Amino acid sequence: MSAPTIPAPRTGYQRSTAKGSNFELAAWLFMRLSGVLLVILIFGHLIVNMWLGDGVHQIDFAFVAGKWASPFWQIWDLLMLWLAMLHGTNGVRTVILDYAERPATRMTLQVVLYIASLVVVVLGTLVIFTFDPCIAGADFQFCPA
Amino acid sequence: MAKASTGTLYRGREGMWSWVAHRVTGVGIFFFLLVHVLDTALVRVSPEAYNAVIDTYKTPFMAFGEVILVAAIAFHAFNGLRVIAVDFFKGGPANQKKLFWGAMVLWLVIMVAFLWRHIPNSLGGAF
Repeated sequence: MSAPTIPAPRTGYQRSTAKGSNFELAAWLFMRLSGVLLVILIFGHLIVNMWLGDGVHQIDFAFVAGKWASPFWQIWDLLMLWLAMLHGTNGVRTVILDYAERPATRMTLQVVLYIASLVVVVLGTLVIFTFDPCIAGADFQFCPA
Repeated sequence: MAKASTGTLYRGREGMWSWVAHRVTGVGIFFFLLVHVLDTALVRVSPEAYNAVIDTYKTPFMAFGEVILVAAIAFHAFNGLRVIAVDFFKGGPANQKKLFWGAMVLWLVIMVAFLWRHIPNSLGGAF
């Protein structure tokens, strides 16, 4: 067993040569880029749904059908769903890693978070792409009776 | 979470409290988002199911909840832009307090504009 080596005085700081993952840098940058886009997407969402027209009272099945008849709002909502879920999942991941100290707790909370996020993203995406304005119960004039 | 016996690095004031509020609003918005995707998913069940659930958002109690939600979103949005300004712009760190109060002014403007529409909208015929 070799004796531990003591570096010579004034060696200075040696940057580690081990190439780690850049994941945390990418996550940090993603939070800022997605944040800017989400300000636009969510403020637009709130203005159209909650501020213009009758505000919250205008929202019903017909209102959603009217919006999703346009690819513009489909893409808007899809982008908002994905960016908000990734931004929120990474934010909650940061909070878990900051406060949960036991390895088992950290692991369990993260697994629950990732499963919940995956389910919501997949469900939301399917809803946007498979939306059917003429689903049973819808009474639009263009729907076959 | 202070476990050190000799004090902590927490310094209070605008910097720390905006960080705390950013976390609290962020986690709150995330949990609302989970619920909001699920309630919207009811458009794939039936118009009746969707309308029944969305109608609960139109009650005075939920109208109050929507005020809290929009307040949280506007805070998180403007403070988030402040964080970006602090991280990416040369004078950012030195001016973080001014940026914080600037964000609070924008927050107030948004809240006044929102309440001006939302109170009559959500209280229906009362106005």
